Amino acid sequence: MMRKIVLPGSVVGDAKEKLPGRGVFKEGDKLYASRLGIVSDKGRYVNIIPLSGVYDPNIGDNVIGVVQEAFKNAWLIDINAPYPAFLGVDNVPWRVDYGETTKYLKIGDVLIVSIVSVDEARNIDVSMKCKACRKIDEGLIIDIQPSKVPRVIGKNSSMLSVLKKYTGCWIFVGQNGRIWIKGKDEEKIKLLIKAIRKIEKEAHTTGLTERITKMLGG
Amino acid sequence: MEIPEVKRVSAVKRDYLARLAKEGKRPDGREPDEYRPIKIEKNILRNAEGSARVRIGNTMVMAGVKADIGEPYPDSPEEGAMSTSAELPPIASPEFESGPPKPDAIELARVVDRGIRESGYIDMSKLCIEPGEKVWIVFIDLHVLDYDGNLFDACSLAASAALQNAVLPYEKFDLGENKPLPVTSPPISCTFVKYEDFIVVDPSLDEEQIAQARFTVALDKEGNIRAIQKGLKGTFTIQEIKNIINRAQIHARNIRKLLEE
Amino acid sequence: MMKDGIRIDGRKPDELRPIKIEAGVLYRADGSCYLEWGGNKIMAAVYGPREAMPRHIQDPTKAIVNARYNMVPFSVEDRKRPGPDRRSVEISKVTSEALEGVIFTELFPRATIDVCIEVLDAEAGTRCAGITAAAVALADAGIPMRDLPVACAAGKVDGTVVLDLTSDEDKEGDADLPIAIAPRTEEILLMQMDGHMTPAEFDEAVELAIKGCREVSKLQREALMNKYKTFEVE
Repeated sequence: MMRKIVLPGSVVGDAKEKLPGRGVFKEGDKLYASRLGIVSDKGRYVNIIPLSGVYDPNIGDNVIGVVQEAFKNAWLIDINAPYPAFLGVDNVPWRVDYGETTKYLKIGDVLIVSIVSVDEARNIDVSMKCKACRKIDEGLIIDIQPSKVPRVIGKNSSMLSVLKKYTGCWIFVGQNGRIWIKGKDEEKIKLLIKAIRKIEKEAHTTGLTERITKMLGG
Repeated sequence: MEIPEVKRVSAVKRDYLARLAKEGKRPDGREPDEYRPIKIEKNILRNAEGSARVRIGNTMVMAGVKADIGEPYPDSPEEGAMSTSAELPPIASPEFESGPPKPDAIELARVVDRGIRESGYIDMSKLCIEPGEKVWIVFIDLHVLDYDGNLFDACSLAASAALQNAVLPYEKFDLGENKPLPVTSPPISCTFVKYEDFIVVDPSLDEEQIAQARFTVALDKEGNIRAIQKGLKGTFTIQEIKNIINRAQIHARNIRKLLEE
Repeated sequence: MMKDGIRIDGRKPDELRPIKIEAGVLYRADGSCYLEWGGNKIMAAVYGPREAMPRHIQDPTKAIVNARYNMVPFSVEDRKRPGPDRRSVEISKVTSEALEGVIFTELFPRATIDVCIEVLDAEAGTRCAGITAAAVALADAGIPMRDLPVACAAGKVDGTVVLDLTSDEDKEGDADLPIAIAPRTEEILLMQMDGHMTPAEFDEAVELAIKGCREVSKLQREALMNKYKTFEVE
């Protein structure tokens, strides 16, 4: 079963009854979708759940980044957004002397960071001072479309629980579409990746959690 | 291929691929001697004299053949001429930029050209219209549309497939009836990369990003070597190269069958 | 060129050439579209929004829409040397401007939205086919837009206003009028004309081109919906 897919310019609601949410704009007395996606209009807002698109950084998001450049007292981190993020030495768990940044993080290093600010010009600041934040040294990272992240996590982490339970792998899902996987069993890792790709492909359908559970042998 | 994407490979990915390599495994689960699925579509364009679209895995390349009449080279007055060019346009990868061909595009075109020229695939002696005055000049243009590794093999195959169905447009120049481009037997190119002492065929983008050295060999129908290109800054031993060429023989036979279908 | 109201390719004056559209065909691009329109074969792709580089070209208030229209050497009868010629540069410019008319560029300051249009086989009307394909690629990439832009051309052949010229009609005809619209409001995003038309003929041609746009718009929507229609259920 499929939910209704809308395109840019599709009517998605009445401006007199609801407010425009994410991916929705108001024109005259109607609400329109600005993006390809699925309509979600249960509450006061009409939102579009996107089926594609780049990662849109939000304060508080935990993301997986890759160090792109190292400056004298900061690093530039690629977080799979239209813009790289800025990690200052004040926002890391170490005491970094001026000019010593590469002793701690060098180009290519992978880390989990948290988004602490996004200004109007889309300058993004991140920090390593969060509970889940750390440098990643092992395992593997796969990329999925950021718009599919909510589906991989599921309502109340329902999907994520299924993935962890039946594969025994350690999984961290970055809001920016990067997923870190760590596991001992190569076969289980392969199965997990297959399941994630399936979720990515069928994100717009219903009954997906059941199908994934079955696929993983549940 | 010296691609800009190499610099942004994460340490985790590098380590992961290196670990797999030590176990003789590839990131997409393929065997060291396994090509991704190859799809060849021939004669798909109207304006081109010959055309083909090739997919190897996700990599997609189009080749078009155009023929024009021109003067022969002074040292070969009764032979036609050929010219190969390649473009790596921005559509094919987030890292490709528009502008004149960079060294990778030029190397790609010249290596594909070498394979075709040295194997005598186009029968140049049959391209003469008026000795010393008019001959056919065959232009091969390669246009990459989706880059996911192994452009050498995809482009070589697309060029061969396009030439295979090309027609010389005699009618356009009022010189009689159109005739098929006279071709013999195509060269087949096989490309290998080496990382962590692991040598694999048909590198995917991931593998090209961490490859230390690259080897392309073009073989003819008899299994003789017609062109070779070693690329990137790493090295091969002579024994490694001999092994590569042996492995290439098998691949070339299989791919040749696909091309002939 | 026309006999008893039928054109040389058998079409009526208000009939479009056959069109086929497929969304999401490329692996690397953020959004893509393959389109066939008569003898035209176009591959369009979108990358972005992504940081505009070099930094000095960044606009701190909005994204730059950078469309690149390119004809491959073997797309035309006489081989075209690779690289942009003046015509391609002009078409790239008007295409960028047309698309910018519907994209919510203020949502992505300092960024660029790169649209690549590759004409693989040409048969008149490539710029309209290109914009139509680019629109599908933009939607596929999740770029926020007010509407899904669409383009179509009308012209005049043997004194009759007709829809969607072929290359012969373009060469021998009296006028060519490509337009691009935002179909919801029928706002004009692109309009060019060359030839000779009376104001009345112009009105007729615009109306006809918009009618053509509406038909093509349906095909764009179908193509995008089709991408999400099929999946295997265990």
